[in-house]
Amino acid sequence: MTTSKTSEHFDVIVVGAGPAGSAAALVTARAGLKVLLIERGEYPGAKNVSGAVLYGSAILHQLIPNWWEQAPVERHVTRRELALLSPTTSVSLDFQSVAPSYVDPPFNGFTVLRPKFDRWFAAQAEAAGAFVLNATVVDDVLREKGQIVGVRTRREAGDIRGDVVIACDGVNSWLARKVGLQRQLRTHELALGVKEVIGLDESVIRERFHLDGSAGVAREYIGAVTGSVHGGAFLYTNRNSLSLGVISQLSSLVEQKQRAYELLEAFKAHPSVAPLVRGGTLREYSAHLIPEAGYSMIPKLFTHGMMVAGDAAGLCLSTGIYIEGINYAIQSGRAAGDAAIAACERREFSRDTLSKYLDLLRKRHVAGDFHAYRHAPAFVNSERLQNLYPELAARGSEALFRVDGNRKRKLLPLGWRTMREVGGRPHQVLKDIYHAGRAYLW
Amino acid sequence: MVMTTHEEKMRTAYFRVDDTPHIVVDPEKCRECSVRACITVCPADLFVPLDDGSVLFNYEQCFECGSCYFVCTEEGALQWNYPRGGYGVTFRES
Repeated sequence: MTTSKTSEHFDVIVVGAGPAGSAAALVTARAGLKVLLIERGEYPGAKNVSGAVLYGSAILHQLIPNWWEQAPVERHVTRRELALLSPTTSVSLDFQSVAPSYVDPPFNGFTVLRPKFDRWFAAQAEAAGAFVLNATVVDDVLREKGQIVGVRTRREAGDIRGDVVIACDGVNSWLARKVGLQRQLRTHELALGVKEVIGLDESVIRERFHLDGSAGVAREYIGAVTGSVHGGAFLYTNRNSLSLGVISQLSSLVEQKQRAYELLEAFKAHPSVAPLVRGGTLREYSAHLIPEAGYSMIPKLFTHGMMVAGDAAGLCLSTGIYIEGINYAIQSGRAAGDAAIAACERREFSRDTLSKYLDLLRKRHVAGDFHAYRHAPAFVNSERLQNLYPELAARGSEALFRVDGNRKRKLLPLGWRTMREVGGRPHQVLKDIYHAGRAYLW
Repeated sequence: MVMTTHEEKMRTAYFRVDDTPHIVVDPEKCRECSVRACITVCPADLFVPLDDGSVLFNYEQCFECGSCYFVCTEEGALQWNYPRGGYGVTFRES
């Protein structure tokens, strides 16, 4: 697009062509609005990294029926594993299902490669009529009498005017901060993910992970693999590659003076992981920040003429059980788009009008999910859950399954003994049970 | 190879390098800094401590993740920005 376009006026300007931005651009373009979707990468997805599992396939199915038939997807996830690791041992919850909601359309979730998936998704918005402007950085918004009236791009004559700006510019959202919707984020609220895509033959992946056809597995790990750093690891199966990585709380990396990519090597060398990656070839190394603190880091979501969605709005749910972001990005982008449509119909772009965005986030369970699990992120990143309990589970299981002629202890004395061995204190454990309950049970 | 050195990792990522850096460090400020968290957290290992006590930043292979920006404790030591549109890292698989 040349400068001639930039003198045009748009109904909606979406900044960032990730899942939130493309969802917002798609719904607004379908409503017949004049929509501009701005992406700073060479193409949509070029700057984007996540695990990646797209959970909530049904959500995208509402926007694009049978989307998986045309989109570049890797495997539909029918199996999930949550593992606690000690240096020698892995104790895990292994869930696998051939229930219809997992193996039949619209499926539960798919592994995806973001540069491919995001590119496809943005192309759907484009096909619906949105203008996609690649290779363009947005440095600021345009303001007039307290109203956001467009964006300032880093181009010749780069001011572009629009009635509604939807900021989907990612975890490090300059726009949300510049407008004062988001405060400066703290290092304990952010996690650094480092990731590798490792190529492996499709047949090897199927055999190694006991997978049929295009079914896939998503594993997440917590414990010794990140040493004393607070964080976890993941391993997902793609069609002919694995996506795996380590996620470390930023503040904790600094405190422990640990390099994330060294933790990644330690993860690959762990006895429960090494056999899974053996013989693979590194295809790409990448890194990205994750907004991990959940509810407490969600900014003000809208102001006069502007809304914030996706990672820019902190909408990544990281609870240990769930590590989800793409679904909430799509949901929030769509909700912001719907709110923009309503505002354009009324030709009224005040904060009051755009508050419909929040109503929609509530109605579509985004706000509720984050509120319900508001205590979970801090619990997951707590000292004892990170270091003590994985060790407790590992040692306890080692003792439980060991048969050596000594007397078999029942579970309570065995647990008690193991807890004392690893240095756990009864009053702390009781406290943590309460915290776990508050985080997950009620 | 599955186990890889950091150099081998970095060779797999693609960068379109601009003429001017998008992140600029102030060597004076960095000399006063005792934390130097940027050196630890940078996943591309681009912050290099120099003999004179300052820190050098090699912008060419930056993932633009923002880690250095968030951990920096010296006011004004780091001028952080995204690269010009179309420049910087381009992921193909991640």
